[in-house]
Amino acid sequence: MRIWDLHCHPSTFGSEDPLKAMTDVVRTADRMGVERMCIYLGSLRHYDPNPVDLEDHNNWILRAMKPFPDRVFGFAYLNPNYLQKSLAEIDRCVRDGPMTGVKLWVAKRCNAPELDPIVEKCAGLKAVIFQHTWIKTTGNLGGESTPMELAELASRHPNVPIICGHTGGTWEIGIRAIRANKNVSIDLAGSDPSNGFTEMAYRELGPERIIYGSDSGGRSMGSQLAKVHGAEIPEGAKPLIFAENLRRMMLPILQAKGIRA
Amino acid sequence: MADYDKIDTNVYLSRYPFRRLPGDEPAELVGKLRRGGVERAWAGSFDALLHRDLATVNRRLSDDCRRFGNGLLVPFGSVNPAMPDWQEELRRCHEDYRMPGIRLLPGYHGYKLGDKAFVDILGAATRRRMIVQIVVSSEDERTQHPMVRPVDVSVAAGVDPIRSTPGARVQLLNHNHRTPADLAKKLMAAGEVYVDIAMVENTHGLDTLVKAIPPERVAFGSYYPFYYWESAALKVKEAALLGPQELAIFRGNARRLMGDGR
Ligand SMILES: [Zn+2]
Repeated sequence: MRIWDLHCHPSTFGSEDPLKAMTDVVRTADRMGVERMCIYLGSLRHYDPNPVDLEDHNNWILRAMKPFPDRVFGFAYLNPNYLQKSLAEIDRCVRDGPMTGVKLWVAKRCNAPELDPIVEKCAGLKAVIFQHTWIKTTGNLGGESTPMELAELASRHPNVPIICGHTGGTWEIGIRAIRANKNVSIDLAGSDPSNGFTEMAYRELGPERIIYGSDSGGRSMGSQLAKVHGAEIPEGAKPLIFAENLRRMMLPILQAKGIRA
Repeated sequence: MADYDKIDTNVYLSRYPFRRLPGDEPAELVGKLRRGGVERAWAGSFDALLHRDLATVNRRLSDDCRRFGNGLLVPFGSVNPAMPDWQEELRRCHEDYRMPGIRLLPGYHGYKLGDKAFVDILGAATRRRMIVQIVVSSEDERTQHPMVRPVDVSVAAGVDPIRSTPGARVQLLNHNHRTPADLAKKLMAAGEVYVDIAMVENTHGLDTLVKAIPPERVAFGSYYPFYYWESAALKVKEAALLGPQELAIFRGNARRLMGDGR
């Protein structure tokens, strides 16, 4: 079965060097049967990166991608607190560069109006929009979005596909929060391999709004693959979740860039 | 993965208090384990997390392990040493139900490993030659139910009680990143202490673990049905261990901990 990983951070594989890190990523992916990986966030772990940090992050990913054009897709890290710089990074990395999506993390809650021009610009380029979300019993970070806030953003852009990163971690609430927003897909990555997650997502969202991701190296690829391999859902849904849903979303931008997929 | 006969040291029967789980009916659970190549599964009961009447919890556990799986399920009852007359619960687990060990839940039962309660039950179980499993964590604290938030067990406090209980056989279940390698090593130097792999995370989590601590103290455990059973098995695959080391994790180490060929 073809497996694409929506959510991979080479910089957490134990090497600061993008090429060494990627060699490790690819070796592990080969072992686990993963064909393609979306990669983002450089070796710095800035929650609220300034314009210089943003460029550094994205340059790290550009270096990591370079030797693996048929293997990885790079996403540009953005910070809505620096809107002009974020829009410029979309131009530099996606419009004029090899990247195919954007990653929004924990700098600003995603229902803020600053997200609108970012979403519109990405929509014009057919770039993938990935927004981290969590619902933490222990309390979210100040700028850390919830799936409920993502639903607000998605409601303002009903025709733009948006990905709800981690499904909010607390997935029983996250799935409900975005259920009515048909333009939102969920990311399975980066939470414990809790039995029932994929089953509930399948039941409430159908097979076409669920996308496999790992959040490796902060997570084991194995523990995350188990969420699909082990799910009690029709076998016919698994190829969609493992690769086809993401591929369908990415195909226009991949074709525009001449990337084979 | 199915080629090995595995021992899964960390499964549960009955109901997780906060959600129904695929596989939480014992017949389904047994089927799933068999398909994964599990020959023995050390089973506790989720009821023990919150029920106070542990006597009936342990009786149901014992009954279900006898009724389902033809010997696949090995019951590990739960005893709460912070409750009055826990000694009788321990006696029943050992003498009436012939359990080879107990599964302690300090996070839910409200005591620490430095408390006299733990020292006492560790000593009493060891005198009965029972294995003592200690559940370090039951769920990521970030996803816990907001009204029920047990804290992860601090295992550092267990070093002294284990050292001063000769013959103790201990396994930490759902031990996680909060137990750094040097602390795990200290625990293992204090006595016959094992860990399972259910909550070991990160891409190189397992291969790093078996380099950092004595590899013969690492046993396969899935935390099924709370986790997808495949998680633990795929982590072993991902770690790319040598054949003998893989076999030791899947089976050999748990056998040695059990001690009597059971
Ligand atoms: Zn991530």
